[in-house]
Amino acid sequence: MDLIQPTSHIIPDPDKRAGFRAWLPYQSTEPFCEPDAHLRANNLSIAYHDLQVLRNVTLEINRGCITALVGPSGCGKTSFLMSLNRLTDLIPGCQVSGHLQMNELDILAPTTDLLQLRRTVGMIFQKPTVFPFSIRKNLELPLREHGTHDRTLLQSTIENVLQQVGLWHEVKDRLDHPAQALSGGQQQRLCLARALVLTPDVLLLDEPCSALDPISSGIIEDLIASLQGSYTILIVTHNLAQARRIADHVAVFWSLEGVGQLVEHGSAQQIFESPKEELTAAYISGIRG
Amino acid sequence: MSRQSNHVQEYCLTVIIWTAATMVSIPFIWLMGDLLWNGWSHLSFNFVFSAPLNAGREGGIGPILISTLLLVGVCMGVAVPMGMGTALFLSEYTRHDHVLGRLIRGSLDVLAGVPSIVFGLFGNALFCQVLGFGFSILSGGLTLACMVLPILIRTVEESFRVISREQRLSAAALGLSKSTTIRTILLPAAIPGLLVGGILGLGRAIAETAALIFTSGYVDRMPESLMDSGRSLAVHIYDLSMNVAGGNPHAYATALVLVSLLFMINLSSSWIASRWTLSNQLPT
Repeated sequence: MDLIQPTSHIIPDPDKRAGFRAWLPYQSTEPFCEPDAHLRANNLSIAYHDLQVLRNVTLEINRGCITALVGPSGCGKTSFLMSLNRLTDLIPGCQVSGHLQMNELDILAPTTDLLQLRRTVGMIFQKPTVFPFSIRKNLELPLREHGTHDRTLLQSTIENVLQQVGLWHEVKDRLDHPAQALSGGQQQRLCLARALVLTPDVLLLDEPCSALDPISSGIIEDLIASLQGSYTILIVTHNLAQARRIADHVAVFWSLEGVGQLVEHGSAQQIFESPKEELTAAYISGIRG
Repeated sequence: MSRQSNHVQEYCLTVIIWTAATMVSIPFIWLMGDLLWNGWSHLSFNFVFSAPLNAGREGGIGPILISTLLLVGVCMGVAVPMGMGTALFLSEYTRHDHVLGRLIRGSLDVLAGVPSIVFGLFGNALFCQVLGFGFSILSGGLTLACMVLPILIRTVEESFRVISREQRLSAAALGLSKSTTIRTILLPAAIPGLLVGGILGLGRAIAETAALIFTSGYVDRMPESLMDSGRSLAVHIYDLSMNVAGGNPHAYATALVLVSLLFMINLSSSWIASRWTLSNQLPT
């Protein structure tokens, strides 16, 4: 049976397709990490012009779980992440082949509504990327773009989401001040809030702590851990201790003959305590990578 | 021994660098001094706002100032939107190595180096004759627009390009459409670049002589519409110093007004640019 059915819409849930979903604090639902595939990659390969960076990745990402993508630099982890919300479309010469599926949606189908896909799949980058205007406008912009104009709803959503990332008490008196005046750690939390404001199902985090000081990094890490169960989270990290602390599952990528490949995938416990592959064992023990 | 020769080398280098920097400043100081020395005594409220008499030997430069402002207004009114559009096309709608983009960039670079008199002949042929605008402020302004477009487009394009890849990607990752990204993120971020490009263009336009003689003419009456011929400050200076015996004092005073105008434009736009950057980046 062919699991991948091209669809013109992306979210099967009719309540969500009807418009902006009322904001729900994450505590309101029972956190879960289910053995149920939310995202499926099947023989996924990525190339930039003629240079292949990722070959034949087949991987299932479970719903509500935190999956850490680890491995040395240049083995295609970020490219894999960016293919999940089709940001790879914006990179000249990037070709993605294979199958990517989120629920019933074929992510790579030409008919997929990209703006809607990216609303459902949020992303945070290595460096905080706040826009050069006020904190409030940073959060309002995506909401307005996706059809929320009611002032009361905007205000309450902003407050909720800032509270969720622990930023509300720090910025509530200066919401109209430039976001770039915040510290690096605060900016990264604002970026996370900006992604959460759209109530995504999936969060892609590309080394979100690597540009931050240890204290800010700890705050972000705790924050990510607190989101477990409410969102399907993929996090690229070079910090194995961090992966061990927060991840439910770990996928180890490695560059073999210059091309990134998935070496091993399993529960964090299995990967860290009884890895099946020699490369994984060498990587987590610090002998390689 | 070697320490001493090092010391001498350091000393010579310092002297050479100081000399070079001083020599570069001398012409500027000389020019400003000359203008002030010869022009200041003729400068008055009456000179700036009254009409020229006796071919410019007497009276003032009121209509000429107005014509100049109209010419620059037409030029920037046309060049800024067209320049922004083209710059957006080059940086956002074509890949950097795309054939069309390369063709446009190449032709802009050639155009930026074309002597202004050639623009004057072109403007005369196209705007004055083919389009039938005659010798008018409209023809002159449009010709100036053609002249400043290359420099404006390249500066604005550059300011779009320096907006980080991460900002663009994070805008896309939030599901923002291209038009929203351009309107809310790219355009505001490009304002300082646009101002710099605008000043460079404006400086070229306001000081232009050759292109205007063929297009806007040199009638020194107060223009009643954009279809009237009008004389710019630079053309007035040229005319007074080359064609009018005894016109030099007023040529100096006019040059002083022109240079002051350029100063004011420069200062106000760098003030706007710095205010813009400050209000967006520094802690408040």
